[in-house]
Amino acid sequence: MKAYLILEDGTVFTGKGIGSDKEVISEIVFNTSMTGYLEVLTDPSYAGQAVVMTYPLIGNYGITPDMESLKPWPDGYIVRELSRNYSNFRATGSIQDFLTEHDIPGICGIDTRALTKILREKGTMNGMITRNENYNLDEILPKLHAYTTGNVVDKVTCEEPSVLKGNGKKVALLDFGAKNNIAKSLNERGCEVTIYPARTSAEEILATNPDGIMLSNGPGDPKDCGSIIDEVKKLYDSDVPIFAICLGHQLMALATGADTHKMKYGHRGGNHPVKDLATGKVYISSQNHGYVVDTDKLDPNVAKPAFVNVNDGTNEGLSYVGKNIFTVQFHPEACPGPQDSAYLFDRFIDMMSK
Amino acid sequence: MPRNHDIKKVLVIGSGPIVIGQAAEFDYAGTQACRSLKEEGVEVCLVNSNPATIMTDKQIADQVYIEPLTLEVLKEIILKEKPDSILPTLGGQAGLNLGMELAESGFLEEAGVKLIGTTAETIFKAEDRQAFKDTMEKIGEPIAASQVVNNIEDGIKFTNTIGYPVVLRPAFTLGGSGGGIAHNEQELIEILSNGLRLSRVGEVLVERCIAGWKEIEYEVMRDANGNCITVCNMENIDPVGVHTGDSIVVAPSQTLGDKEYQMLRSSALNIINELEITGGCNVQYALHPESFEYCVIEVNPRVSRSSALASKATGYPIAKVTAKIALGYTLDEIKNAITQKTYASFEPMLDYCVVKIPRLPFDKFLTAKRTLTTQMKATGEVMSICDNFEGALMKAIRSLEQHVDCLQSYDFSELSNEELLKQLAVVDDRRIWVIAEALRRGVSYDKIHEITMIDHWFIDKLAILVEMEKTLMLCNPAVAKATGTHARELTAELLAEAKRIEYPDSVIARLVGKTEEEIRDQRYANNIVAAYKMVDTCAAEFAAETPYYYSVYGSENEAAETKPEKKVLVLGSGPIRIGQGIEFDFCSVHCTWAFAKEGWETIIVNNNPETVSTDFDIADKLYFEPLTAEDVESIVNIEKPDGAVVQFGGQTAIKLTEALMKMGVPILGTKAEDVDAAEDRELFDKILEETGIPRASGGTVFTAEEAKEVANRIGYPVLVRPSYVLGGQGMQIAFNDDEIDEFMAIINTYAQDHPILVDKYLQGKEIEVDAVCDGEDILIPGIMEHIERTGVHSGDSISVYPAPTISDHARDTLVEYTKRLARALHVVGLINIQFIDMDDEIYVIEVNPRSSRTVPYISKVTGIPIVDLAAKCIMGHTLKGMGYTPGLAPTADYIAIKMPVFSFEKLRGAEISLGPEMKSTGECLGIDKTFNGALYKAFAGAGVKLPKYKQMIMTVKDADKPEAVGVAKRFEALGYKIYATRSTAKYLQEHGVNALRVNKISQESPNVMDLILGHKIDLVIDTPTQGRDKSRDGFLIRRNAIETGVYCITAMDTANALAHALETADATKEPVDIATVKNI
Repeated sequence: MKAYLILEDGTVFTGKGIGSDKEVISEIVFNTSMTGYLEVLTDPSYAGQAVVMTYPLIGNYGITPDMESLKPWPDGYIVRELSRNYSNFRATGSIQDFLTEHDIPGICGIDTRALTKILREKGTMNGMITRNENYNLDEILPKLHAYTTGNVVDKVTCEEPSVLKGNGKKVALLDFGAKNNIAKSLNERGCEVTIYPARTSAEEILATNPDGIMLSNGPGDPKDCGSIIDEVKKLYDSDVPIFAICLGHQLMALATGADTHKMKYGHRGGNHPVKDLATGKVYISSQNHGYVVDTDKLDPNVAKPAFVNVNDGTNEGLSYVGKNIFTVQFHPEACPGPQDSAYLFDRFIDMMSK
Repeated sequence: MPRNHDIKKVLVIGSGPIVIGQAAEFDYAGTQACRSLKEEGVEVCLVNSNPATIMTDKQIADQVYIEPLTLEVLKEIILKEKPDSILPTLGGQAGLNLGMELAESGFLEEAGVKLIGTTAETIFKAEDRQAFKDTMEKIGEPIAASQVVNNIEDGIKFTNTIGYPVVLRPAFTLGGSGGGIAHNEQELIEILSNGLRLSRVGEVLVERCIAGWKEIEYEVMRDANGNCITVCNMENIDPVGVHTGDSIVVAPSQTLGDKEYQMLRSSALNIINELEITGGCNVQYALHPESFEYCVIEVNPRVSRSSALASKATGYPIAKVTAKIALGYTLDEIKNAITQKTYASFEPMLDYCVVKIPRLPFDKFLTAKRTLTTQMKATGEVMSICDNFEGALMKAIRSLEQHVDCLQSYDFSELSNEELLKQLAVVDDRRIWVIAEALRRGVSYDKIHEITMIDHWFIDKLAILVEMEKTLMLCNPAVAKATGTHARELTAELLAEAKRIEYPDSVIARLVGKTEEEIRDQRYANNIVAAYKMVDTCAAEFAAETPYYYSVYGSENEAAETKPEKKVLVLGSGPIRIGQGIEFDFCSVHCTWAFAKEGWETIIVNNNPETVSTDFDIADKLYFEPLTAEDVESIVNIEKPDGAVVQFGGQTAIKLTEALMKMGVPILGTKAEDVDAAEDRELFDKILEETGIPRASGGTVFTAEEAKEVANRIGYPVLVRPSYVLGGQGMQIAFNDDEIDEFMAIINTYAQDHPILVDKYLQGKEIEVDAVCDGEDILIPGIMEHIERTGVHSGDSISVYPAPTISDHARDTLVEYTKRLARALHVVGLINIQFIDMDDEIYVIEVNPRSSRTVPYISKVTGIPIVDLAAKCIMGHTLKGMGYTPGLAPTADYIAIKMPVFSFEKLRGAEISLGPEMKSTGECLGIDKTFNGALYKAFAGAGVKLPKYKQMIMTVKDADKPEAVGVAKRFEALGYKIYATRSTAKYLQEHGVNALRVNKISQESPNVMDLILGHKIDLVIDTPTQGRDKSRDGFLIRRNAIETGVYCITAMDTANALAHALETADATKEPVDIATVKNI
């Protein structure tokens, strides 16, 4: 079955439909990870986006238990080739069936490298995946221009608080679209983790007297988060140690007077070098973000850059002056990607112990 | 950390002669590293015994010593050159071992020289079996249960505790020499005793067998600051049990989920941190196919074959970065040379799939055991890149140049189903073809997996290729007729799909019953053409500056369109194989540089990941592609070069001449018809007649009957050989009709496009000449004479420059004949001629109007850069114009002797006796003021370290007995005790040699075999009777000698040469810096 990927700039790629046959409009982003397609699909930060995998052979090891949330979140899935056969001792099914089951449309058999180059040169764009061969660009393009991811945090956050039992520190995790491995990483280190919906008030969280607060990753433009930012400011004002990842990092920056902006095409993959400015050491990190904190507008009395991206010099982490707060743009919880920065969870636990 | 400015002068140790397990990858790594050091203003002093390398060029290093890689020589060079540091991690295991020995001996400390790159302690922890085991246990990294033993009893005892099968790995050996898997006590004793002998320290690791697990490798980098990255991981399609050098390897891994991938990645980084590696490192894993259990197999704290592969597969220059790290830089300070935007502290992301296939030498060694084990047997490898696995595999298969182009190329259709399943269990180089046949017959994936342990995913990919065969055959009218159906149409869609998975036109044509031209026309009509994508290290995330390309079908072309004034296509020489080695890469690279210097845009096409020519910054553009007519045509369509150079890429490039002309690409230099004239018997005879040059009589034939007719007419013995081959492939001396039948049957295993030559075999001195010709004048840098008389392939002979024993008359005749031949063949560029000097009469044996194996050697020892000159002649310069006096160049001040080096110990069952078919894998050089001194160095460079026990065995054929007396007397004078078999002993005793008689193998013990296995023998001189006598005693003696590490000589001339060398062992010999040899 033929399928078409239509970009905002009028470029059309013709390939084969995979997964659901529904039509979808979304923001098209690319991810360069060579393994971990399932973790990417189930990362809630992709809500409101359709993902292009730059690695051409996808689905080789099928669907395994390595889900980062209960379901896949992207609006669409774009690959060069889906393996017709999968092979892994833990595999329970194929990615084809998984997409169909979760009603996610996709396209395969297109030149994903050419597509990636377009996104690199022109920046992230909106696009449509459709199986309608009689598509009309004149009708479609205005719709593509009009698309925004909007407020997606509310779509991906949990509805009810839940608890992962532990005997160590009590951590409140604010779920803006958290990947499972954040809670798991803390829990494995003995923490009792209580996961709260994104709209939980600061008062409610602080009332439980947590030893520390964890702000999670999540989808969309941080500035669309509105009142959440106000609550984050209240958390900042408390003396509770805070560790934040990705969207959490951006929200903390916005809450304390800094600014964020959209990057040309973001960082999505498992190979980004980040330098710890305190030690000069470089770590390879897992990343997934389209927005970044502006260091130009950072008040040095509030926060100082703690990590920087070695490739493009963008901010990768902040350390808050006079506070037990540190935040990172990258993903120490990995999944997919390198586990090199998992030590940051230990640092958080040390911070809570002080 | 910025650069350490205390490092001003670095000694780089190369890896020595090319042997199985240590090939061109170290020339690539060494060359890249030296350039990287020089770029930083460091003075580089290089030592390597291998003259065929690019790293031993004076452009690459400041001082160049082509000297034996021994402790003594290195010490002398260090004292003379006074480097402040040594970089030992670029010269393979050989370089690393030497670095270790220097450090262990305390010499470095005394001399105030530091090991940089990696410390002796790190090397010890990674290389010493026990220390490695302790280190891994300390950091909780699992390794297979194992114990180091230094005697057989302990080996048996330990194995009884862990159970058979066990893997045996001798410590400190190359390519797993002497290793293997033992399934029972008998095998254990056999392999273990051999391994103990070969190990430098007499240690062998006995290890739990994890055969059948997935074999995964990680190439990692670490700097002194502790920053670590993974360059690439690779998955062997062949599970654990086959040496990774002999496995088909894919990058990145295909069947690992992120959990497995990251688990092993974290482990690799954990290991290099603990070992405190600085630079590149390779970690090999066995991963249980049905759990997360894994074992660390091995850590190589240096650049390696795998790191060369990883560099080419990703575009990340591991050796270059390793050199920078050795100077003190950290990864985040080193720019990524491909993107110029990112830094070396960045992990390459691939958006394609890479397949490597080893080039195994079983077409050369017909008697050798074909099975693949933990002992590496491949001489080289090919790599290919595509956006799908099937395509990458198909491209790699046809890059091998072993008469294979698809999964039908080895035919197993004759086997019964039962036999086929049995064949599936055989692990050899044809296994994927056996699997293809099993798939054709509907054997289930599960069954194939159960037998081979190859992952289902790979089996499915082979199945996709097999299904395409079937689909295409449905379009074949003949097939349809036979089955009473109608042939389907070969639709554009089907054709596009076949091309997507890289079916070559020729195979499609064969399957659908059309001609290759018809398929190509249909492709062009439907715009089904190859497009080129860039290897950019970053999956297109950043714009890259370096044009390094691979082909794909059905995609957008991104090869930059360039329209320079002049554009030249240089065709490389493909995988390293016996007969076509690293020398041709040397020539291709120098040719490229020469054209670039003259302002041409240069394009290299090659598929060998081990070489310098496929480094991303050698040519303006690199196409990593198979060297077939179709693949080259696709590149020509895009690039439209002004001409192609074929004379530097060995037979691989020469073979493409006709195809290039059909594409309308002018052949630069010597014209194609003149190349033909040198190969075509009739044309060539005509030229010889016209120029008045004598040659051995003979004729051309296609069948055994014709061959026998010619042989009987001219008289036996005769030389039988196919035309258009390198390295004397299939060449034999026949003494009777039966042997002709045998040899012709072997030659005709593959359809021959060209006739077979049958020549009278003349025995005399063999002389070799390389010359540059500008179309008018010639320049002969030097004349080389072989130590062994005719009958031993020139590549296997010891070659001496300047020719020591020829008369002035002979020399003048040679020069004159060379001039006449070069002119008659209108040579523009290089010509190589082999002559026989029989009683001062000169006969021509063979003329090759192209570069040869001796070109790098003769350029280095004479200081005349002949590839550069040849390339300039091709571009229209004249020798006189470049300031050279035509004719024979003045003789240099040194004697330079090229010594062949063999890898027989790696190839069980291979016949080692020398003959007209080339068998050596590499060469080394001995250069000295005296002939004997040069010989001594040449033998030492080849690893012949004598005397040890001063005991030897002689067993020679009747014809050699008179000469054997002289040889024996010389060895006796050197203090040798000589054992000989019955008739040799008798003859020697009668002629005054005190030879001790020993029993033949078939006789009771103690016999000659017991003597050899008693490990007290230095040398065996065994000259075999003619013909392939595998079953005879001589074969067993030679094999056993080789496998127990005894030096074995099969020609009297070689024996005399060794005596010369040993007679002067004590004389002082100074190392020679060949960078100071004058360019006359």
